Amino acid sequence: MSHDDHHKENWIRQYVFSTDHKVIGIQYGITALLFLFFGLCLMLIMRWQLAYPNPEDPSIPLFGKLFGKVLAGGKLSPELYNSFGAMHGTIMVFLGIVPLAVGAFGNYVVPLQIGAVDMAFPKLNMASYWVYFVGGVVMLSSFFLPGGAADAGWTSYPPLADITQGGTSEIFSVRLLSGQTFWLIGMVFLITSSLLGALNFLVTIIQLRAEGLTFMRLPFFVWAQLVTSFLLLLAFPPLEAAGVLMLMDRLAGASFFLPEGLVITGEVIRATGGGSPILWQHLFWFLAHPEVYVLILPALGIVGEVIANNTRKPLWGYKTMVYSLIFVGFMSFVVWAHHMYLTDMGTVISAFFQTTTMIISVPSVIIITCLMLSLWGGSIRFTVPMLFALAFLPMFGIGGLTGLPLGLAAVDIHLHDTYYVIGHFHYVVAPGTIMAMFAGIYYWFPKATGRKMNDLLGKIHFWPTLIALNMVFFPMLIQGIAGVSRRLYDGGATYAHAEPVLGLNKVMMMGAWSLALVQLPFIFNFFWSIRRGKKVSSNCWDATTIEWTECDSPPLGHGNFEKVPRVYRGPYEYSVPGCDRDFLPQCEPEAK
Amino acid sequence: MSVVIPYIEEPRPDTGLTLSKLGIWLFLASEIMLFGALFSTYIFLRVGNPDWQSFAYRQTDPAAIHATHDGGKHAESAGHDDHASHEGHDHAAHDDTAHASHGKVDPRSREGAGTPMQSSIPLAALNTVILITSSITVIMAWVSLMLKRVSRFRMYFFITILLSFGFLIVKYFEYSAKLSHGLAPSFSPLLAIYWAMTGLHVLHVIGGIVVMAYLLGPGRKMWDSHPVQYLGRVEATGLYWHFVDLVWIFLFPTLYLM
Repeated sequence: MSHDDHHKENWIRQYVFSTDHKVIGIQYGITALLFLFFGLCLMLIMRWQLAYPNPEDPSIPLFGKLFGKVLAGGKLSPELYNSFGAMHGTIMVFLGIVPLAVGAFGNYVVPLQIGAVDMAFPKLNMASYWVYFVGGVVMLSSFFLPGGAADAGWTSYPPLADITQGGTSEIFSVRLLSGQTFWLIGMVFLITSSLLGALNFLVTIIQLRAEGLTFMRLPFFVWAQLVTSFLLLLAFPPLEAAGVLMLMDRLAGASFFLPEGLVITGEVIRATGGGSPILWQHLFWFLAHPEVYVLILPALGIVGEVIANNTRKPLWGYKTMVYSLIFVGFMSFVVWAHHMYLTDMGTVISAFFQTTTMIISVPSVIIITCLMLSLWGGSIRFTVPMLFALAFLPMFGIGGLTGLPLGLAAVDIHLHDTYYVIGHFHYVVAPGTIMAMFAGIYYWFPKATGRKMNDLLGKIHFWPTLIALNMVFFPMLIQGIAGVSRRLYDGGATYAHAEPVLGLNKVMMMGAWSLALVQLPFIFNFFWSIRRGKKVSSNCWDATTIEWTECDSPPLGHGNFEKVPRVYRGPYEYSVPGCDRDFLPQCEPEAK
Repeated sequence: MSVVIPYIEEPRPDTGLTLSKLGIWLFLASEIMLFGALFSTYIFLRVGNPDWQSFAYRQTDPAAIHATHDGGKHAESAGHDDHASHEGHDHAAHDDTAHASHGKVDPRSREGAGTPMQSSIPLAALNTVILITSSITVIMAWVSLMLKRVSRFRMYFFITILLSFGFLIVKYFEYSAKLSHGLAPSFSPLLAIYWAMTGLHVLHVIGGIVVMAYLLGPGRKMWDSHPVQYLGRVEATGLYWHFVDLVWIFLFPTLYLM
């Protein structure tokens, strides 16, 4: 009885307001997966709307019935479509992928991989999660506001973002209680959370590496998190500043982003003017380009881990990959204006950013080439995580290569703001990053639970997911080259030039809905395996890195290790000649 | 299970850093990016607004904008501007007060009113002196603590807090004068960036006060249990405080004098 009481007393400290990096990692992971699912649901509705824009077309299944009041007549109104579009982007990027890639995997895996008992600042870590949580709640609550959630796109370009949803209203509460204002407040929370997290990761990785774990012995995943954290630390503050400025525009009547004499629906708006919409674009993309690398670098890190483990050989060109990572991180700060070729910033500046954009593609290609070459001559184990990691390579390849034309100012004149752009970055983030996230979940699930996820269900999850993702995103590239704009709520039905590619909207709709459907085996597998999965040893993948060799699955409570690990060699000593096993753990003093 | 995180007190041999010292420097790096973005915004806006320090911005009446749009409002306001900056009358403040009672300010009656920031220069200069002094006292506090002269440390830390309150009080007078003259963020781009930058800076000052008050109050017990860690905290706070001071040293000429 007293034992139970004791247990209850600590339950909140242990599982809710925990300072243990593993618990926080899992909290981040589950929250982020829920947000990803929510973002996917928004997309399902939007894709149906795009495939069936006319009133006489079939109404949205499932959601149409569930939310009959909002989706009047089983259709998505143009205003709601804008809200869904903006919130889909925001949720997927800031509430889904970043928290999953950095918050969840980073938190859970990094301290284990470097042999640390916890993050450097455990309380800050907890604060980071809860600030993220509040940011998420603010974002979600904006759906219930009078004008609905933010509707100026995930980039919130002014002047629209300044004036939309009562931004020009005389009444303060109308301006405050609007989706766009909540979006800004939510972003300030999310940015603060990322800053706290990034700071913590940097100090942890630099300061708490186990003895003998020099920088060039760090697992590639840790390197990826280190560079990612630098990007978060230095790129996010300008957006925080921009968010505050836009809040002042909306709440205090400032005109940072409003030009003089702006006319809206025939009337000159009541603002001082003197600001510039381009200013927002500069501040936004100064964050959001490094942000793209925040989305992809942890994914590359996970893929690196999984590939080395499943090819049973060291990563090909580990050092080259590390230097490339650092170079990518540095260059990502000087490419932002390639999102802005169609503004009036001038050809000289365009030429500069075009050059830097071509340069940044080089190290990215080096990394992906090294990963590809790592496969050569390996005795590949086609485990479920490896399948996802292998699929990542060509998918990210498509995503990266379709980006090159966009980096050229002349081509961008045609492709800007078309579905081609959407296809490009979704190839990077969805079949790219999300595939890597799945690889990571299947790979580290045994570490967190002591049980493996079911292999068959994993394969049933993998193959249809791969096909469905391509069904959704490849047609976008075709539509985009045909010139279909990315922001049409009817999918281009009113434009003659979209006519030949209009049928693809139905393909994409089917792709999106089947994508959702084939996540069911994953969801089932995930929860079922927590209790019923096959029990496995603590190093079930025969891996070399510290998290597998030096601690149990799941690791001991707060503190991770029974004895402090010491590291003797690099991270991927697989198939060492003369060794009796095909892997040589980092912490083993001598080869047997 | 209690967790002992290393390198809180002793620096890690190969990096030569404690956790808090690395942490605070990284934090300051991100703060530099935050204020850097605002200074960039300042430059961007100023380059785009030739009549930056003009009073002729506030035109709440859309009809007035319509009327002057074709008539060349720019030329007109530039004229005011030249006149204003050359003459630089002393009775600028009086002018402001007179019009403030009417609530909204008619730009045309602003001739010879100097710049919108001019009347705040004495207060801002006073605040500069206050903050620089507080930077000195925070150093004195840290040095006293290193020499284990705790009561001196407390005195200097307390003076630092008093000085930062002094900064806030002066700021209060400056802000209320601005508001009573109708110089809100909606007045002009200059005033908008003025409120954004000084406002964010004031938040940083308040943050500093909270941390220092914590270290003097509930957090002081750590001096008895973990003196090295406490010293580390005081040092980190001092570094932060210097940063806040440094930001102000850039803000003062940028916003008030230039």
